[in-house]
Amino acid sequence: MSGIEEVRVGAGAVGQSAPRRDAAEKLRGKAQFAGDIVVPRMLHGKVLRSPHPHARITSIDTSDAERMAGVVTVLTAADLADLDPYWGHAIRDRPVVAIDRVRFAGEPVAAVAAEDEATAAAALERIVVDYEELDVVGTIEQALAPDAPIVNEGPLRPGLFHGLGELAPAEGNVCYRYRLDRGEIEAVFAHADFVVEGEYTFPAVYQYAMETHTVVAQVEEGEITLWASCQHPFLVRAEIAALFQVPISNVRVVVPYLGGGFGSKSYTKMEPIAVALARKACRPVRIQNRVAESMVTTRRHGMRCRMRTALNREGRLLGREVDCWFDTGAYADNGPRVTATAGDAAPGPYRWAAYRVDAACVYTNTAPAGSYRAFGATHLQWIGELQVDELARRAGLDPLDIRRLNLCTPGEELRAGGKPLDADLIGDVERAAEAVGWGTDKPPGTGRGLSVGLLAAGAHPVSSAIVRMEADGNAVVLVGTTEVGQGARTVFAQIAAEELRLPAERVTVRGTDTRFTPYDRSTGASRSTTVAGLAVKRAAEQVRSQLVEIAGSADVESDSYPELFVRHFGLAGGELIGRGEVAPEGSGSYAEGPVFWEVCIGAAEVVIDEDTGRVRVVKTATVADVGRAINPQLVERQDEGGTLQGLGNALYEEMVYEDGLLMNETLLDYRVPTFEDLPREMHCIIVENEDGPGPYGAKGCGEGSLAAVTAAVATAVADAGVPMTELPLTPERVWRRIQELKEDGIWPR
Amino acid sequence: MRLQLQVNGSPAVSEIEPQELLLDFLRDRLGLTGAKRSCDVQACGVCTVLVDGRPVSSCCFLAADAAGREVLTVEGLAERPEFERLENAFTRHAALQCGFCTPGMLLTVAALLETGELTSVEEVKRGLAGNLCRCTGYRGILEAVCDLAEVTT
Repeated sequence: MSGIEEVRVGAGAVGQSAPRRDAAEKLRGKAQFAGDIVVPRMLHGKVLRSPHPHARITSIDTSDAERMAGVVTVLTAADLADLDPYWGHAIRDRPVVAIDRVRFAGEPVAAVAAEDEATAAAALERIVVDYEELDVVGTIEQALAPDAPIVNEGPLRPGLFHGLGELAPAEGNVCYRYRLDRGEIEAVFAHADFVVEGEYTFPAVYQYAMETHTVVAQVEEGEITLWASCQHPFLVRAEIAALFQVPISNVRVVVPYLGGGFGSKSYTKMEPIAVALARKACRPVRIQNRVAESMVTTRRHGMRCRMRTALNREGRLLGREVDCWFDTGAYADNGPRVTATAGDAAPGPYRWAAYRVDAACVYTNTAPAGSYRAFGATHLQWIGELQVDELARRAGLDPLDIRRLNLCTPGEELRAGGKPLDADLIGDVERAAEAVGWGTDKPPGTGRGLSVGLLAAGAHPVSSAIVRMEADGNAVVLVGTTEVGQGARTVFAQIAAEELRLPAERVTVRGTDTRFTPYDRSTGASRSTTVAGLAVKRAAEQVRSQLVEIAGSADVESDSYPELFVRHFGLAGGELIGRGEVAPEGSGSYAEGPVFWEVCIGAAEVVIDEDTGRVRVVKTATVADVGRAINPQLVERQDEGGTLQGLGNALYEEMVYEDGLLMNETLLDYRVPTFEDLPREMHCIIVENEDGPGPYGAKGCGEGSLAAVTAAVATAVADAGVPMTELPLTPERVWRRIQELKEDGIWPR
Repeated sequence: MRLQLQVNGSPAVSEIEPQELLLDFLRDRLGLTGAKRSCDVQACGVCTVLVDGRPVSSCCFLAADAAGREVLTVEGLAERPEFERLENAFTRHAALQCGFCTPGMLLTVAALLETGELTSVEEVKRGLAGNLCRCTGYRGILEAVCDLAEVTT
């Protein structure tokens, strides 16, 4: 066994599988997460949540709870009368605690701050709330019915980070629509030789970051301090400032290590109620969700979709029509952005004569839905790719050949006014196919599938970084990316080391404290290496050019850095500071984007047990088309993590709702992949064409594999003879479908 | 009630509630925060500690049931001579990401290595199936543990 590889000094750090900078801390149990933080005089908060999906609150009596020993305060909506107590980065629709009405089971109604968690939990039982139950809008169908109750009345108010242009008025329970229209769609379908159409269902899914949402809030002398498990501290800061009416600089967000995020900790989540409780208690308060609470804090959107796709006899894809409806729950959360991104993913990266997409974001009386890794693409890629395969089958084409014939090539326009294609998709899918043995013989019950898609990635490209070099020649990088497990601190250290010609261990990357760390929009949308990484590179370049200027030589090496400080400052002190910024080249609007198209390409081989309907995934391949791999090992680990989550989405994961009530709110009945679900072969193919907008030609990764694998499992199962229209592909669903196919005389195919 | 036990090789004595969970005892009374809380139903493994050398889910294990026994947490494991091998293997294979499952995973691995039952890839997968990891996709951890158990992947 070899030891840990040394990272090469200076120029050359980039492209190496440098060991994670946080490994020792995390392995030794020293890494601090929000739930490990204890602030002096800290109280423990618990949230009283509605048992009803839709009800009017007729009275709340907190007097018994307030009298309990150890209880410091109880928060209700009555305590927020001095505020405009609604939040939501996209649509400002969500009260800090319910006001007169609850709109989902699990909605916060009150909160208790007590000396310990057990007392706070006991006090919740003593709060008496009278509800008058209302008709429940439990599903998309119910929400769209002509006489449906309206989940959120009143005009839609845009949040601080709506980011999708002007907000149109709501149409019933539809809070947002995204449309794409290109070419003469009716004419195209009228002249098609083959048309496939169907209706499809995608389940609501829980991200299950193993660390639940956790916040410590302190309000003192008009200053609000948060230690929060949040991915986007700068957006949280702005939203808290607006909500509690203080200047942005009076809100300080400190971000410790996060125990996973996957989108569940993007934007604001438990911070408003924690701040409101701390404000009333006049003491710091920690709120740590339990799993059942995090499940109703945010989730992935369930979706219904109707799609049809047309092909001609020459094997050319002609047109596609997509109508889809996203269940965003009782409050919008990131629903509008998810809906738009899904709309962009819907056509798939093919050379269409025409397409029409209408994606709607719909309120229901279920838990709010927001971001989860590869949102939009995961929702729609499996559907589009199933239809491409079915058309190929009817036309007698191989699934790989139909893709070779129709996929867009680099530089082609994908969406009017947006970024053209910046990846070699045909090369990528050929590699994925080869990895799973495409074209070789298959035993009975075995299927192989491919899937190709794109994800609009990078979010809004605004990031900044500061590099400080001290008189000993060591450097510190200040950058607002959250270390959520992806390895951002390791990658940024490599980038700074490269530019500064330092050994990577002489570069330290700190966690975010918004009081000191410069602005970064967010950690998500696979943007950190690409956007924040470019800011780090620019900041380090500035320090390097100062060193070169002081030395009067472009070749100056790190050994002589301390001498340069003495020469420049006249003492073994002073500091060299570099600043790097990334800002949008145009308006930064969604329509002009994305920053880059993240490639979602994969392949899978599955074996179906005809008697039980169980699907076993034996091989997967994913393509990490990353432009340049700053740290190849971390790239592989990202793709592998996405692969297992893709298997979860494809085979197991589903939040089961009945009449607005979540039926599987524990990890006992919400099944996520375990070690035993690891495919026998898992291939991650790294492609480095240096075609990304990030440092050294890099572009982001880590999400594409989730969408790709979910879809490749679905196409592989179809290839084995079982075309499915609903995820997850549980044994029962697959078995029932096989029985239907038998009745129709088309099993085995 | 009064609880006496060994934690990471040192005696500990504390007044506890009879219904107190070992996880809360370790985290809140002793400040040993390496063991984490997640599922609360012994499905995820992030709260795993060793009691007399065997892995238990401390979220569902009464502190009182550890009376007179030896509890090992990741903080104690990290002080042991065999830890360096574990640390090197997990670091070399990047067998961690967010790190939230890592302490529980390491303790399970340490216990399984001790019993010598990890003799094949399938055994490793089965042995670790009670420790969930949402980030890594398990591949890096599998490689690290196979290295440690000298099992060919």
